[in-house]
Amino acid sequence: MSMLLTDPFDTLFQFQRALDQLRESDWLDTGPSGQGAYPPLNVFRKGDDIVIITEVPGVKKADLRIEAKGNTIRIAGAKSVGHDGKASVHRLERRGGTFDRALSLPIEINADGVKAECRDGILALFVPRAEQDKPRAITIS
Amino acid sequence: MSNQSLEVQQKKEVVTKGEKTVPARFYVPGTDIYETEEALQVVMEVPGVDRKNIDVKLENDELHVEARIDFSNYEGMEPLYTEYNVGHFARSFSLSQQIDQNNIAANLSDGVLTLTLKKIQQAQPRRIEIR
Repeated sequence: MSMLLTDPFDTLFQFQRALDQLRESDWLDTGPSGQGAYPPLNVFRKGDDIVIITEVPGVKKADLRIEAKGNTIRIAGAKSVGHDGKASVHRLERRGGTFDRALSLPIEINADGVKAECRDGILALFVPRAEQDKPRAITIS
Repeated sequence: MSNQSLEVQQKKEVVTKGEKTVPARFYVPGTDIYETEEALQVVMEVPGVDRKNIDVKLENDELHVEARIDFSNYEGMEPLYTEYNVGHFARSFSLSQQIDQNNIAANLSDGVLTLTLKKIQQAQPRRIEIR
């Protein structure tokens, strides 16, 4: 019997496999950002533009500061973790504190067009490519 | 509460003895568990999960939490550089008999799921008057 339905998890697995492979890559290795700093970032390409997605659970929009200059994006903020009131602790796995991370991109970006969205603990930065940096199609005469 | 620089905690994948019918990847959400006089508070970090995709079940003194990510947000995007894995979350806890199984409150905000499990009446501390 032929496969009438595509496996709905195909895209999921391809995605996770791509993530696994890229974790070994050394893209941005020598950048000033440095790996291992919080928050962990995933950088995607959407058409000509770049999308940066990071997980910041428990961080409110007001506690986040995002700046763009040149080709560098800076994400800073504070995450608070804890219980107000009297409580005895069984388990503490979440960590709180301040974070400040800069990421330099290998393309020229349009700093005025950067849009940021923070929802459900996920911060997404839509970074449009600068007009002068976009590749130009060359017609063969 | 310390104010030092945060470190990245790598996501741990859930290792189960049996396999699920669907081979999707599940990760362990970082959890804080606090106990107050009236209730047990379970605070889990599940970023990227929508309210309708959370499943909380309490049966036979076992608390099962499953939170699923919507992957359609990532369509059309090609990964260039990644530092963390994206996947669903699942975790289970065995609770003591002192939890009232019909009285669980759940709250999701900024990717943090807070479950408040009230203790049964007898388990709450009682003040004894000394005459």
